[in-house]
Amino acid sequence: MLGKFTLGAAAAVLIGATALPAAAQDSIYVPLLTYRTGPFAGSGIPIADGMHDYLRMLNERDGGIGGVKLTIEECETGYDTKKGVECYESIKGKNPAVVNPYSTGITLQLIPKAAVDKIPMLSMAYGLSPSADGNHFPWIFNPPVTYWDGASVFIKYVAEKEGGMDKLKGKKIALLHLDAPYGKEPIPLLEALSKELGFQLILYPVAAQDMQNQGAIWLNVRRDRPDWIYLQGWGAMNPTAVKEAVRNGFPIGKVVGVWWAGGDDDARAGGEQAKGYKSLDFHAVGTDFGVIKDVQKHVIDKGLSKYPKDKVGDNLYNRGIYNSMLVAEAIRTAQAVTGKKVVNGEDVRKGLEALNITEARLKEMGMEGFAAPVKVSCEDHNGHHKVFVAEWDGTKWVKASDWMEPMKDKVRPLIEAGAKDYAEKNTGWPKRSEPCAKQS
Amino acid sequence: MFYREAGQYKTSYAADMAVFPLRQDRIGLAIIIAAAYGLAFTKNDFLLQAVMIPFLVFSLAAIGLNLLTGYAGLLSLGTGGFMGVGAYACYKLMTAFPEVNVLIWILTSGFFAAGIGVLFGLPSLRIKGFYLAVATLAAQFFLQWAFNRVPWLVNYNVSGAIEAPLRTLFGVPIMGPTATPEVRYLVVLTLVIFLTWIASNIVRGRIGREWMAIRDMDIAAELMGIKLLPTKLLAFAVSSYYCGVAGAMLVFLWYGGAEYTVFDINQSFFTLFMIIIGGLGSLIGSFFGAALIYMMPIGLGMLLPAILAPFGLSIGSETIEHLRFLIVGALIIFFLIVEPHGLARLWQIGKQKLRVWPFPY
Amino acid sequence: MDILYKIFLEPFALMASAPDLLLQTLWEGLVSGVLYALIALGFVLIFKASGVFNFAQGIMVVFAALTLVGLHEKGVPAFLALILTIGVMFVLAFAVERIVLKPLVNQPDIILFMATFGLTYFLIGFGELIFGGNPKQMISRELFLPQGSTDLQLLGGLVRVQHIDIAAAVIASLMIAALAVFFSKTRIGRALRAVADSHKAALSVGISLDQIWVIVWFTAGIVALVTGIMWGARSDVSFALQIIALKALPVLILGGFTSIPGAIVGGLIIGVGEKIGEFYWGPLIGGGIETWLAYMIALLFLLYRPQGLFGEKIIERV
Repeated sequence: MLGKFTLGAAAAVLIGATALPAAAQDSIYVPLLTYRTGPFAGSGIPIADGMHDYLRMLNERDGGIGGVKLTIEECETGYDTKKGVECYESIKGKNPAVVNPYSTGITLQLIPKAAVDKIPMLSMAYGLSPSADGNHFPWIFNPPVTYWDGASVFIKYVAEKEGGMDKLKGKKIALLHLDAPYGKEPIPLLEALSKELGFQLILYPVAAQDMQNQGAIWLNVRRDRPDWIYLQGWGAMNPTAVKEAVRNGFPIGKVVGVWWAGGDDDARAGGEQAKGYKSLDFHAVGTDFGVIKDVQKHVIDKGLSKYPKDKVGDNLYNRGIYNSMLVAEAIRTAQAVTGKKVVNGEDVRKGLEALNITEARLKEMGMEGFAAPVKVSCEDHNGHHKVFVAEWDGTKWVKASDWMEPMKDKVRPLIEAGAKDYAEKNTGWPKRSEPCAKQS
Repeated sequence: MFYREAGQYKTSYAADMAVFPLRQDRIGLAIIIAAAYGLAFTKNDFLLQAVMIPFLVFSLAAIGLNLLTGYAGLLSLGTGGFMGVGAYACYKLMTAFPEVNVLIWILTSGFFAAGIGVLFGLPSLRIKGFYLAVATLAAQFFLQWAFNRVPWLVNYNVSGAIEAPLRTLFGVPIMGPTATPEVRYLVVLTLVIFLTWIASNIVRGRIGREWMAIRDMDIAAELMGIKLLPTKLLAFAVSSYYCGVAGAMLVFLWYGGAEYTVFDINQSFFTLFMIIIGGLGSLIGSFFGAALIYMMPIGLGMLLPAILAPFGLSIGSETIEHLRFLIVGALIIFFLIVEPHGLARLWQIGKQKLRVWPFPY
Repeated sequence: MDILYKIFLEPFALMASAPDLLLQTLWEGLVSGVLYALIALGFVLIFKASGVFNFAQGIMVVFAALTLVGLHEKGVPAFLALILTIGVMFVLAFAVERIVLKPLVNQPDIILFMATFGLTYFLIGFGELIFGGNPKQMISRELFLPQGSTDLQLLGGLVRVQHIDIAAAVIASLMIAALAVFFSKTRIGRALRAVADSHKAALSVGISLDQIWVIVWFTAGIVALVTGIMWGARSDVSFALQIIALKALPVLILGGFTSIPGAIVGGLIIGVGEKIGEFYWGPLIGGGIETWLAYMIALLFLLYRPQGLFGEKIIERV
């Protein structure tokens, strides 16, 4: 009878917990889907803390956004799609302002639901690249760059180092990627560019089970001798890849990671010899910014964060800060556009479409030099903003190139074609009916 | 007192062999089914979408595995892979022939899973026990690799994922983003009840008895004239059919889209947990097991903060997750120690006790 | 014809043309084979003595390594941490015997198998709760594990040998030798073998099953610790490591569940086989075949010899 009892109790709790009426809202509910457990926790923890700490800082310092407190709630996904969907279902009834899925897999699941549930989704520089097309995906936002932009900047950077685009002919460029939708994202763009520029593209997929067992892959690398490697990995795959590159004597300076492969722990794993490992980035690292100082003052020093004090300013922690900054700015814009104080999902969608973070605004937020301005429009839900290449100097990331513009002319047509293709394959994909809100 | 069979006379062999010989059982079942349908009208999206639909889908998968492991005694760890075959087959079929009703394709896709299941079931004649379990892992890993690597399976989607397109039944959307949880729940419920009914007839008939004979001792079964290979392969086929249908429902009626990682090894393990905790060789045990294994973590996720809050311990989501793992693990061991034969056995004991209650002498 | 050429000729041509790469592949295969064998060894020890298919061996590897690194992070000196970790593994073995195995004596195999799943979950939650889920670096330097690599000029090419890999091979061999001595020369070792042959007969000559089980689980825990240190030094210590434990399963079916030499030989065959397969034939079908190749090798082998390489002949009686 024990089983029945447990079941009954669980069911009672479930029903009880979900049947609670949503309390009269005087705050904005911002759920964060994060993962601090599982094989990808190494990358997930700093991001989760960064996202949480910035929003918490706004609450502590300014009393929220526009005078409205933020209710921050984390839901643990473990980078697992099932749990992610469960999280989404549990938060969607609580009138969330915006959802951050923080997993390409979960994002793909939620894309069709967003329009139906009227909840905007911010997949910051991850997720489905074609969802940058606002005409087909009015509820999905992925600023400031897509994976395709990232790959194009990588090619540009390689060309710069090799001495010009024409020098790429005959070069071997490899993509070392996680064998999952996330890892495979840049392939179409790299293929298109390899045809055009005449370099040879070599793919090295790493299965999730073999993330920490990449011996055979690196033997292939030794055989093929690629000139450059672009690393699109996540979690435990990145440190292992850096270690293997060092072990196999591959020039580490010619390994460039996507921004998600730029964790401090990822590079630290390679030890001394990882010096020179590169990674794309769209925000600065370190603590020399007003915003980070505020976070330290209002959150870290008060013991409101779980993050170790000495690691504040790490790349992925600042990534979390950046992500929350976008969320907060979207809410702020939404308040300006709609004139409401307590905004809901539909308002924030408008806010995201009118998002325009200028240099002046960055300065105001204490983010001067921290990030580049971001502008999103109704058609372009991404913006294809500039990124730069960072280099590991043995203890921290340092900026190693100027801000570089992605090849928007190459990326955009692919995005529009991809979005059209997506809508066609999903018969009954709704036409955009949301009017375009004007920036106030 | 209420659960008595006194006065119910069986006047024909058919009545004696009925699935539910007791009137109370029939009434109880009718009430449960009615209640299950009634749930659709509670308008509680979370309950339907995040609890009931997955519970039913996993129950079906558990029934599939139980037919193989519980009835025919063949241990398999390839469930996730077979579910995937169903899902991808369904996707290919319904995008290639969009005019045919999708329910037909969901039911058809199971046959593809059955075919693959038979193929990987071939070694079962030579090997058994844990050796067979590990051999079915070959199916699991190979199929998972194939879902990821054969772009034809996903119609060359850039994202590498399969998505549920809009499909309707009598003009009501039952699949795709606009299908409401209520409608999808009703579809899933109906399919699961239908397939469970079929399964209960299979296991009570000649085929099921052959399976059980093989499970109990395959050499003895062979001596009694049961052909081992066809019977074992049939077990693989039927089991994979159920798993395949469950996989198709999982993706198209629950998630609305999926990538290959949904059908990974953990899915196989989870289904195995369900049947062991629920009870090997019991259909109702499959439901109990699915309920417990799937709902226990959700319930804990909600209970824990509520329990700890009064102590002034506000704990982070990750601590809850850690505790969830810890407690689920401990509970699995606890259940196994208390009743190694699963919840189905507890259910039976309960029914026995109820029969003589309140006068046990 | 082209495809036949690619399958049957090209890989061999490549092997012949670049013998240094072949040698390197073999070496990498052997090294990962040793590590697979170590995990398989843990399985075999427990299966032999108690008939439990211990799925938790993988998480024990992570748990042991995590305890070691976690203790060190909390300021415990490396070697003290090592000793403490061994202590923790003993406590774990004791607890498993008392809480899990004893009440489940005489249950069907699958129930015990399931119980080790429960143990796996428990250890995941427990380990993360205490030490956190973020990956940690193995304290190789503090444990005086060799670092760096040597380049050997061989066969007209370069073969790079990591010192840590050599150390792994040496330590694994030493441990296996020690286990062999332990099993054949000591009183407890002989008792272990008696239990493996027949529980009832062992009981009747006065061997305490409880004690034996604790010892076996403890030994498996030590093996797990060594495995964890070695894998951890190769990549890092995180919960993703437990997935690698699945690689030990084909090793087990190849070598047989009850044979220690089988685990070692099987490990080496799988390690070399999958590296060679991935390296020379993998590119034909897009690579990444390492995940299932080992299972396929094992499966084909099983059809020929159902009891595994060194397994005892299965005799069935009615």
